[in-house]
Amino acid sequence: MAYIDYYKILGLSKSASQSDIKKAYRKMARKYHPDVNPNDSTAEQKFKEVNEAHEVLGNVENRKKYDEYGADWKHADDIKKARQQQQEQQRQYSSQGGFTGADFGGGDFSDFFESMFGGRTSGGSRSSTTFKGQDYNAEVQLDLKEVYTTQKQTLTVNGKNIRITIPAGVENGQVIKIKGHGGAGINGGPKGDLYITFAIKNSTRFRRVKSDLYSDVSIDVVTAVLGGDITVSTFDGKVKLSVKPGTQTDSKIKLKGKGFPKYKKEGQFGDLYITYKVKVPTQLSEKEKELFEALKNIKDHEH
Amino acid sequence: MSTKQLIAITPICTSYNVEVSFVATLKELGLIALTRQKEEFYIHIDEVPTVEKMIRMHRDLNINPEGIDVIFNLLERVDTMQSEMTALKNRLRLYEDDL
Repeated sequence: MAYIDYYKILGLSKSASQSDIKKAYRKMARKYHPDVNPNDSTAEQKFKEVNEAHEVLGNVENRKKYDEYGADWKHADDIKKARQQQQEQQRQYSSQGGFTGADFGGGDFSDFFESMFGGRTSGGSRSSTTFKGQDYNAEVQLDLKEVYTTQKQTLTVNGKNIRITIPAGVENGQVIKIKGHGGAGINGGPKGDLYITFAIKNSTRFRRVKSDLYSDVSIDVVTAVLGGDITVSTFDGKVKLSVKPGTQTDSKIKLKGKGFPKYKKEGQFGDLYITYKVKVPTQLSEKEKELFEALKNIKDHEH
Repeated sequence: MSTKQLIAITPICTSYNVEVSFVATLKELGLIALTRQKEEFYIHIDEVPTVEKMIRMHRDLNINPEGIDVIFNLLERVDTMQSEMTALKNRLRLYEDDL
């Protein structure tokens, strides 16, 4: 547990007036409020800090106590004194109905704050109860191979097991909303939602763009020149391909329907694009070298 | 629309300590849809989180309904851009992954 400089958080000096504090708090709240910074945990953290600073400095009594004991909070006697005062204050506050902190999750206050001021005090501008439960965010890491098929998975979110179905073809970075699996509602309000972000790692040799797959296939010079049959890997098996005579390096072919499953379109697949890479041999046998020499002679005579 | 999925505006406003007229202005600006039954206005349950967000912006940040309109439009654009960015990042990986 560390001492928190609430003045620094609000960018103020110790001599700031109550109206300066209010102004600074308002300005920072507008900047970091979670409603204007969706899915930004840094802003949310900052907002909590700003809120806490305002809870302390925005209240004349709290500020006085903080100024007096704050920096020396390790002194047991002082803390004891502070606690006694706080208990008094708690009693006064209890009749007003408290700040719930439910909008943006519990544990809004730092250990430092809790030790000095006890639990949550009321005051500030957010003083009423909320209706809907808190939304939860979770990240699920999967391999590309796993999202080739639809699968069921059990997630543990805040100690609760939730069975979800992950449709085949889900995208990296995609967010899905699971209604009603967030925090409990307040005053009988609806539950919050669970937002799951998928982080998909690709350990395969295929590159993926939505439902299309891309892969490079090496072919030797002879096959490229004369054509021939080769076997290539697709995502779920091998297929035989006929290479056309005179195939150039970097030429592409499309294997229709051999790509990745289309998201939420059962039985539909994207395409697989194969790029041929012609490999020029570097270690030739004597015989091969002779044949290439012979080829060269023919070419020379043609010109 | 089943009435089970409609929530009366008055208790929401009481719970958040805002004037009903504030919610009415949100409706006038086309930010939310309300259904009128007898003397009471109702909101669909799916729209409750949105209206709550608007109320919080108004209450916590002193933003008026016109300002909320602007913020919601901008947030929508941020959202679109974020999805575009994710799609572009995924596409970029095509060129970054060396086989």
